[in-house]
Amino acid sequence: MSTMLQRPPGLIAPPPDRTPLARLRWTAADAWVMTKRNMAHVVRAPEEVIIYFTLPIMFVLVFGYVFGSGMELPGGGDYREFLLPGVFTMTMLYGLGATATGIAFDVDRGVVDRFRSMPMARSALVAGRSAADLIRAVLELATLVVCGLLVGWQWRGGIADALAAVGLILLLRIAITWVGIYLGLVVPNPDTVGVIVFPAAFPLTALSNVFVAPELMPGWLGAVSEWNPLSSTVAATRELFGNPGFGGDSWAAQHSMLLAVAWPLLLLAIFVPLSIRRYQKLSR
Amino acid sequence: MTTNDAAIVAEGLRKRYGSSYALDGFDLTVRRGVVHGLLGPNGAGKTTAVRILSTLLRFDGGSARVGGYDVVTEADEVRRRIGLTGQYAAVDETLSGRQNLVMFGRLYHLGARQAKRRADELLEQFGLTQAADRSGRTYSGGMRRRLDLAASLILAPEVLFLDEPTTGLDPRSRNDVWDAVRALVAGGTTVLLTTQYLEEADQLAGRISVIDAGRVVAEGTADELKARIGGDRIEVVVRDAAQLPAAAAVVARIGTAEPETDADTRRVSAPVADRMAALTDAVRELQAAGVVAEDIGLRRPTLDEAFLHLTGHRAETDADTDAVKETAA
Ligand SMILES: Nc1ncnc2c1ncn2[C@@H]1O[C@H](COP(=O)(O)OP(=O)(O)O)[C@@H](O)[C@H]1O
Ligand SMILES: [Mg+2]
Repeated sequence: MSTMLQRPPGLIAPPPDRTPLARLRWTAADAWVMTKRNMAHVVRAPEEVIIYFTLPIMFVLVFGYVFGSGMELPGGGDYREFLLPGVFTMTMLYGLGATATGIAFDVDRGVVDRFRSMPMARSALVAGRSAADLIRAVLELATLVVCGLLVGWQWRGGIADALAAVGLILLLRIAITWVGIYLGLVVPNPDTVGVIVFPAAFPLTALSNVFVAPELMPGWLGAVSEWNPLSSTVAATRELFGNPGFGGDSWAAQHSMLLAVAWPLLLLAIFVPLSIRRYQKLSR
Repeated sequence: MTTNDAAIVAEGLRKRYGSSYALDGFDLTVRRGVVHGLLGPNGAGKTTAVRILSTLLRFDGGSARVGGYDVVTEADEVRRRIGLTGQYAAVDETLSGRQNLVMFGRLYHLGARQAKRRADELLEQFGLTQAADRSGRTYSGGMRRRLDLAASLILAPEVLFLDEPTTGLDPRSRNDVWDAVRALVAGGTTVLLTTQYLEEADQLAGRISVIDAGRVVAEGTADELKARIGGDRIEVVVRDAAQLPAAAAVVARIGTAEPETDADTRRVSAPVADRMAALTDAVRELQAAGVVAEDIGLRRPTLDEAFLHLTGHRAETDADTDAVKETAA
């Protein structure tokens, strides 16, 4: 402790390079450090991930086996095959909580103050969060696919279609991540965020085609369900996986493929700029 | 002193929250290579000043340069040259101490191996090697503060901001932090240290700026500040508290200002002009008045008294009573 705390020779931050390419490299390097940080959190606190996995697996078991035997699909088909694409997408939605809490935790703890007092790219914290959540989503999806195969789910289309379906699910996840980042920045209290997210996410899954075909819902509920962004992704992936339960009479149901791309892009167009503005405004 | 030899220059900084000003014409110049104390009670604006100077906070008026660079227009240059240890430890508590330091080193764009080596050095210097691979959550308050300090020293910054670095620490950890600060300054770093503890400013800082209600109300070395409130004081301790009024009457005749009486310690004191004359007069007049003195002495004022004189209220006690009033209201 009492040794001299001198600057070790040669230990200086590289001077900032202002060319666009150099700035991009600088930002990417910082974002990668932040990505690794978030992955290290998962390794350090695996219980969070385990809790996070139990929910979708429970939904598969409860809906697939307990209620599922009584469920009928309008066009016929196996209910568990209908259910799994819904659970994949729903799991992406529940990632919102982890994203928002993680960001709120950072802001609350003042570690963001240190980041902001360093020569670090301003967007690296949020970009790193988004990248780490995408990596997590890939792992989650892989696990769920294995669980699905175990309970009898399968894809009936080609491998290209299946990969396209996975792409749509991950695209929605990226959009949801940015909603979560924004939430975490607006409500900078980790406990509040956790309390807000679940009651908001649950009705969103209930009012969708995840568990029940909207045709079977009473009139206006069915319409709301069909326009729900989750439903578009679920319907599109059902179609791509060759699982039952897509299509319908409404415009939204017939254009689910288009909407499955448009909804996430719209969310990104709104929440990416909002989040970055909000992050910069933390300096007030 | 020109702007160029100064590590920190703030001119007329203003920061408004709602209708009140946290900083209201804040001026500060800090020479390179010294510890400069920013001393003031709770709510005086110390944290606000530090956050502005470390590029974290926007402000409504004035200008500031750190290490020769403008904190607004050249914020990136400033950030390459500063370290910050805030009032609350700004480390990632899920990660281990080592992971934290390597991460911050990488964010300063040190190479992977260099960042690791620097982390090891700092862990060693701050006595954290044993706990290096444990999660920050398991650290004690003092360990966390040391980790925080280590994180702000990765590049051994030109200018280090320490915002109440010892608040809430036990005496041993506090001494560790003080040692680290002294060692740093010996290595050429400029330190701006905020504190509510007069003792801390007196111990560490060559120069002290006293801040109250968002502006600097006095500045100088500890000795200069003490001298400014009237130089030497005569102090009489009586044996019997009943004789305090009589003693006060004597001291009032000798001193250059109203005496202060402290019943608890049976002490009467007042500033004096001529040291030796005051002392002999006091001995003679107290004897004549039949006052039995336990102790008669001359001393320089404490920094506490200086603070009282400069701001019109006491440093710590007033902040405390304000807090009580607020909760009562
Ligand atoms: N975010 C904020 N919003 C409103 N008022 C604030 C905020 N931060 C600080 N203040 C006010 O500004 C004044 C100075 O605060 P601060 O700089 O934290 O003082 P110190 O660090 O000396 O205790 C206080 O009156 C405080 O209440
Ligand atoms: Mg403060």
